[in-house]
Amino acid sequence: MDGFVRVPVREQDAKERAKNFKEVCLGYNKEESESEATRCLNCKNPKCVEGCPVSIDIPAFVQQVKEGNVEGAYQTISKSSALPAVCGRVCPQESQCEGKCVRGIKGDPVSIGKLERYVADTAREMGIVPEGAKEKKNKKVAVIGSGPSGLTCAGDLAKMGYDVTIFEALHEAGGVLVYGIPEFRLPKDAVVKKEIENVKALGVKLETDVVIGKSVTIDELMEKEGFEAVFVGSGAGLPRFMNIPGEQALGVFSANEYLTRSNLMKAFDENSTTPIMRAKKCVVVGGGNVAMDAARTALRLGAEVHVVYRRGEEELPARKEEVHHAKEEGIIFDLLTNPVEIHEDENGWVKSITCIRMELGEPDESGRRSPVEIPGSEFEIECDAVIMALGTSPNPLISSTTKGLEINRRKCIVANEETGQTSKEGVFAGGDAVTGAATVILAMGAGKAAAKGIDEYLSTK
Amino acid sequence: MFKILEARELTTNIYQMIVEAPRVASACLPGQFLIIRVHEDGERIPLTICDYDREKGTVEIVVQAIGAETLKLSKLKAGDELADVVGPLGKASDLVYEDIEELKKKKIVFIAGGVGTAPVYPQAKWLKEHGVDCDVIIGAKNKDLVILEDRFKEVCNLHITTDDGSYGRSGMVTVALQDLWNEGNRYDHCVAIGPMIMMKFVCKLTKELGIPTVVSMNPIMVDGTGMCGACRLTVGGEVKFACVDGPEFDGHKVDFDQAMNRMKLYKTEEGRLMLKAQEGDTHHGGCGNC
Repeated sequence: MDGFVRVPVREQDAKERAKNFKEVCLGYNKEESESEATRCLNCKNPKCVEGCPVSIDIPAFVQQVKEGNVEGAYQTISKSSALPAVCGRVCPQESQCEGKCVRGIKGDPVSIGKLERYVADTAREMGIVPEGAKEKKNKKVAVIGSGPSGLTCAGDLAKMGYDVTIFEALHEAGGVLVYGIPEFRLPKDAVVKKEIENVKALGVKLETDVVIGKSVTIDELMEKEGFEAVFVGSGAGLPRFMNIPGEQALGVFSANEYLTRSNLMKAFDENSTTPIMRAKKCVVVGGGNVAMDAARTALRLGAEVHVVYRRGEEELPARKEEVHHAKEEGIIFDLLTNPVEIHEDENGWVKSITCIRMELGEPDESGRRSPVEIPGSEFEIECDAVIMALGTSPNPLISSTTKGLEINRRKCIVANEETGQTSKEGVFAGGDAVTGAATVILAMGAGKAAAKGIDEYLSTK
Repeated sequence: MFKILEARELTTNIYQMIVEAPRVASACLPGQFLIIRVHEDGERIPLTICDYDREKGTVEIVVQAIGAETLKLSKLKAGDELADVVGPLGKASDLVYEDIEELKKKKIVFIAGGVGTAPVYPQAKWLKEHGVDCDVIIGAKNKDLVILEDRFKEVCNLHITTDDGSYGRSGMVTVALQDLWNEGNRYDHCVAIGPMIMMKFVCKLTKELGIPTVVSMNPIMVDGTGMCGACRLTVGGEVKFACVDGPEFDGHKVDFDQAMNRMKLYKTEEGRLMLKAQEGDTHHGGCGNC
């Protein structure tokens, strides 16, 4: 190894994996991870830590990996992150820790994500669990939502000794980790469930089947159930549609529905009682990570899949790795293309979608070049299913039922970035409910900041 | 887990259960619904709430065994447990937010069809408790399929109609409504809950009669909290989610044909599972999948 090139990670063969739901990336083994760890320069002023939204002491854990001390490495990571096996898999490391790695200037950055995954997976196999609180504080905190921000916030507060209860609306904990991200990227039983068990092992209580704002309100939790602070990590919300003709046809789904059926309800498994449409030819509209997940799920359920996205390859918001994997598996990308109408057959099922070609014009306010329609360039794609992966708009369930909780013009909850404090005393918020749809790790960062904010609030109260 | 305290068959294929679900019982209002899972790995089934007891922390559900999962549910007995009960979901009926004195001035009619009779009960009961009279028309195929008659009699002026004339009036609920109208009942407000096809024709009639009409929609759903959009329908030209914007909507604005078409989505797949569930270990094809 010359030091410029990272140790390659083993993956399931593209042709093979396109037909199954097993994990794509196989991860490093002991030799591979120890070898990769030697590439870390152990910088005095580590840029990677700055790039990490939860500030994991990356050089420390990488050195421990190099020395073969997996338990030590796990405890180092656990100080900052409640979900290392998840983050090692789904964080966009290329734009965070690895994006800042000095090694990346001349050659490949250290594979921090793959090393984190190795540590978390190995620790789990060895039965190592994170260290809990030494002293209990007699103060109750409610966490709404058991997704990445909620789990992180709950885990951190439990480590500080608080009496934490997570309320989850669905029947299973994990939020987007269980309903959104597919099995082939993030195994549910082996990885997600185990990390949630680790959070529970810190003393966190979990109550599923509670829809805050419906089953009980935040005001009731604080006034009647004795919670002194509340963290809202309720996630992104309602799926967007395009409002084009034909969107109500049979065979048009939101990515949220399609993925929830497959991931949470296990509809990909023949034995599941929840149905899912196994399309022959499926068009997925959108270019983000959710679009990639929906496309690769439809492919595995037997469809030829086209991703239709209105901008170009460079502008695809999905992680490079996901786009690369999708292409390897045979997903067809129709870029600079935008749907204008969905057509139904005589029974109301989707039969085709008319799209129009686009070209990139001047940069818009986000700095990305905005797509403009090319007049007269309409064409039709035959298909029997269309999946809309266009993002979400905030769910008003909580903001509309909580007195004095301020929302912004995009209807997201307003919260202080440093502390998570909202306009309502004792109520903190973070994750997609505040920022709109973003990433797992940013939500975790917000959950972490809020745990600190809640601790400061309750310590001085 | 949520314990079943009582379970009985009300009539052929329609079952009534009282289930422990304290959070739902303490918060629910007429018009709202809940979602259950019969067992771990089970499908999420949206069901209407027939009654609730805040003190005992129980809810009553009435369910027709029409799919694989509701068939499993129908076989459960008192003492068994449901894996999940979540709710209350959706918005409460507008009636509960109206001024009681204004309500008392109105002549209200509920039209209940089949198993849709169950969710009408808590609305009629709520009105009775608040001193408001109402008429209820229950429609059923025949005498045996009329449910909850005695309980309705205590809370409203009850009219029963059967398709075959075996009990009460004869004919569909629309005929009964038209007859009552002709007999001089000038209704100011109508609530219709039942099969979509029934609600569609009730709305057609009430539009002609000029009676504002609310319907309760029961489309396909997954999470029931607005996250998936499976339950979307068109109301007055706008896309709405039944689970969070409804389930009650202005019946004169609902696109029923589209909503009924969307119900077909998983028909064949559900039928396949139903066969499998009915035949159990003896399943040997015939579902089109073996």
